[in-house]
Amino acid sequence: MAQLLIELFSEEIPARMQLGAARDFERLFGAKLTAAGLSFATIKAYVGPRRLALHVEGLPTQTAAVTEDVKGPKESAPPQAMEGFLRKVGLTQDKLKLENGIWMARIEKPGVKTADVLGEMLRDVILAFPWPKSMRSGTSTFRWVRPLKRILFLFDGQVIPFELEGLRAANLTEGHRFLGSGQALPVTDFDSYKRALADNSVILDHADRQAIILDKARAVCAEAGCELIEDQGLLEEVAGLNEFPVPLLGDMDPQFLTLPPEVIKTSMRTHQKYFAVRDAGGKMAAKFVITANMQASDGGAEIKRGNAKVLSARLSDGVFFWKEDNRAGNFDQWLTKLKGVTFHAKLGTMAQRVARIVALAHDMAPLLGANANTAAEAARLAKADLASHMVGEFPELQGVMGGYYADAAMLDPAIADAIRQHYKPQGPSDSLPDSAVSAAVALADKLDTLIGFFAINEKPTGSKDPFALRRSALGILRILRHFNVRVSLADLAANWYRTLLIYAGEGRSVYVDTENWRGSAGPRWAEGHTEVYKTYLEEFSQGLLESPVWVRPTDRDYDLDLMYEHVPNVPEVTDAVLAFRSYAEVGAEFEDFMADRLRVQLKDDGVRFDVIEAVFALKDGDVVRLTRKIEALETVLKTPKGDDLLAAHKRVANILAAEAKKGALPKAEPHALPGAPDVEIALIKQINVTRRSVDAALDQEKYIDALQEIAAMRQGVDAFLEGVLVNAEDAAIRNNRLAILRAVCDLSGEIADLSKIA
Amino acid sequence: MFAPNFRYLQMVMSSEPLSFQDLILTLHSYWSEQGCAILQPYDVEVGAGTLHPATVLRALGKKPWKAAYVQPSRRPVDGRYGENPNRLQHYYQYQVILKPNPENLQALYLGSLKAIGLDPQLHDIRFVEDDWENPTVGAWGLGWEVWCDGMEVTQYTYFQGVGGIEVDVVSGELTYGLERLAMYVQNVDNVYDLKFNKAGVKYGDVFKEQERQFSAFNFEASDVATLKRQFEDMEIQVKRILATPNSLGYPLVLPAYDHVLKASHLFNLMDARGAIAVAERQSYIGRIRDLCKACATEWARQEEAR
Repeated sequence: MAQLLIELFSEEIPARMQLGAARDFERLFGAKLTAAGLSFATIKAYVGPRRLALHVEGLPTQTAAVTEDVKGPKESAPPQAMEGFLRKVGLTQDKLKLENGIWMARIEKPGVKTADVLGEMLRDVILAFPWPKSMRSGTSTFRWVRPLKRILFLFDGQVIPFELEGLRAANLTEGHRFLGSGQALPVTDFDSYKRALADNSVILDHADRQAIILDKARAVCAEAGCELIEDQGLLEEVAGLNEFPVPLLGDMDPQFLTLPPEVIKTSMRTHQKYFAVRDAGGKMAAKFVITANMQASDGGAEIKRGNAKVLSARLSDGVFFWKEDNRAGNFDQWLTKLKGVTFHAKLGTMAQRVARIVALAHDMAPLLGANANTAAEAARLAKADLASHMVGEFPELQGVMGGYYADAAMLDPAIADAIRQHYKPQGPSDSLPDSAVSAAVALADKLDTLIGFFAINEKPTGSKDPFALRRSALGILRILRHFNVRVSLADLAANWYRTLLIYAGEGRSVYVDTENWRGSAGPRWAEGHTEVYKTYLEEFSQGLLESPVWVRPTDRDYDLDLMYEHVPNVPEVTDAVLAFRSYAEVGAEFEDFMADRLRVQLKDDGVRFDVIEAVFALKDGDVVRLTRKIEALETVLKTPKGDDLLAAHKRVANILAAEAKKGALPKAEPHALPGAPDVEIALIKQINVTRRSVDAALDQEKYIDALQEIAAMRQGVDAFLEGVLVNAEDAAIRNNRLAILRAVCDLSGEIADLSKIA
Repeated sequence: MFAPNFRYLQMVMSSEPLSFQDLILTLHSYWSEQGCAILQPYDVEVGAGTLHPATVLRALGKKPWKAAYVQPSRRPVDGRYGENPNRLQHYYQYQVILKPNPENLQALYLGSLKAIGLDPQLHDIRFVEDDWENPTVGAWGLGWEVWCDGMEVTQYTYFQGVGGIEVDVVSGELTYGLERLAMYVQNVDNVYDLKFNKAGVKYGDVFKEQERQFSAFNFEASDVATLKRQFEDMEIQVKRILATPNSLGYPLVLPAYDHVLKASHLFNLMDARGAIAVAERQSYIGRIRDLCKACATEWARQEEAR
């Protein structure tokens, strides 16, 4: 068994691409080996700023000869089939054998020396390497991430003859740019390679570098009585910027501690790749950790001095932004600026988006128990900081900065919190907003994103979700569930459509064309106050739900214009500047999409798949009610009553299904026929009693109680089915008995389709 | 690699940090040794050294080219009335272009840092990904910002495209921020305190009043209507110059390109006045890019023919 070692030595590979490149190298070369029938024990790629290496153990030096029997055409097949087959296998017909009327070809593949095939594999992998971005160099047309300098290519201790773009493969590598010997280093195998690199100040393994950085960074902080603020993303990036990482603790000018800690941390991280440090009391310390790629001859004094200076310049910018941003009137100025910022070409400006969010937050706030005016005001201000200097510099501080600026402007703390928290939750592990006002704005924000993009037909497909709509959906569901928001998904989408009125402004009108009438809202739509006008407006708002919605250019200055004639066969409005698909389509798609996301969320919570499906079958758009039913059904199914519930339902449903095949089932209410047996009369009574208590329980959303009541029907049902023949000869009796069974079945119909339970 | 009697290198060895002008002279000597033509600044206002025709146009076509020069960069929006220690609306870039990029360009570059007194055994020098792009001239490349102790001292780029055209031959481009580099070498915290020469002249003596006046002009006194009209004039002129027959028998692309540079500077001035709405911005940049592309395409065609 032999070892393969490849190193592609280049100028500095971007840190963010390194781990992906290692995975790709491993995967692509591994696939080549496997396709060539070369098995191996282990394969591992290594990556650093200047090298991408691959180490494979346990390769055979030669592939075995392979004999393969290939089935050809039938004896009776036309000659063209035979010709095609012979071409495919590269044989003549006299070499084929006839077995059971089928021509068989025996193909002998001789073994090959592994060393002879590796070169071609490497060439293929290099030429098709999936760098996110690659470049040409000099006069060459060859593309690599940065200029490629050396190729080390050893198999079983020997250099594989290989040439690419004037580079000839050898057994040579190089060490650290400044700390190494400066000479090419000959190696014989992976161990000597790793050793030669270590002797020349290169830590080969990305994971080792990460461990060293974390370890030493913690240590230099501890020595100064501080603590490192850990950051895995930064750690990975920094490990990609160093071959020989040396964490050093630098001193920051303490005057900058007046800046919000998020600003200091983000500035350190984004611009300088420093780790932030907290003091013993948990507060931001006037220190930072640089990870140098250098063991400097002065112990790092110059490096610390230089970095501290750069950080001061960066934070001075931060102080400038902070001061500029905190000027009086800041929010109003930012809001004006948002009028000029396009959110999406088909969804208008940021200011228009804000107007929709305000309307949605105002509508939904009462559902969350929040004050509608507070929520609307918070929504109005929530996006303002996007126009601030600081967020322009550090987009990831959106919301956070708005919160600080709101505090500084002495705004209502509930509003400041809502500005801060309305992007929450940003992912499954992020926390929810912690107040009802914040949650109302967060919900409005996410609904506008999700329904807006659906309305312009920008839906996620497969792995593509450029606007992170799935994340918005999960956020909406979490907020609805956690804050107990009682509303149907259909109403949420309808609310969004009603907000489209805000597009009617200077130079633009909103146009709908329903089945019965068409109408426009013009620039002055919000000014009318008469009763008739209000009626018009309501009618128009309803129209927004009944037709696609177009925003059209207008040079007229009018409010509402309803024409009581429908214009048939005008499939689209050609002069529209914006066009939204109809609520009928979008609302239904939105509900389905949300249902799918809720399924995923519930499955992740560990809920049984069949329970989810049983409750989902009823298409309840109230997420809170839906999840309560699911929880109740799951709870009851864990008890003996669950068995009763299912047993009774199954028995009844089977009979109904069998009888349904004979003809439509009767729709009548069951009633006590004269002379009916006791078990029948008893069951009818029990149905009536149970139905009343189930209805009462449903009214109070006590689904466990309801299910238990229904489960208690089992004995009565069993007695009935054992005591009477459902399929009686007298049609009236039969129909009544079927009606009884149907009534039993219907008892659980408001909660779940129990037939879906496995 | 160096000539033995390398005057400025010896001066570095004497360990006194370089003055601002000696920094420039040292880089001139160093890159002159590498075979570069040492050019003088272009005499039209530009926002970046790359826009000098010696880089942006010479990067096109197949002919080899090596040049180095200092270029004043005008960034009206960065003016701070002479009060910010790090920010100027007028500053200097040292620009090197080597076409095709030599195989040992990184080593040559590190040699230049050594020449100006940055010892790589004492400092932490790093090549950090930064793919340079200049949308107004439709140029892009891959490379790094070079860090010295966390400070970006150079933009290092392998040009891949210019004027919206993919290049035939890749050039290596180095852009040193001279003030920043000098501040580092001299260990000075305020740009105006830089030693301009060894005879006691400070950077502030030369430029502080200029920064004050131009900041006030850029932010307060420039006339937006005039700027706008001039921009439109330049735009018309570029098209007219390229289309007007002349005795040479081919379009006058170099004068046309000068007018593109002027349009670009006028745009920057309007921007500093806050006169460009966010929505207009892309359209302005697109207009300049189209002009630049027309010049680049014509230049590449002429180079091919020459």
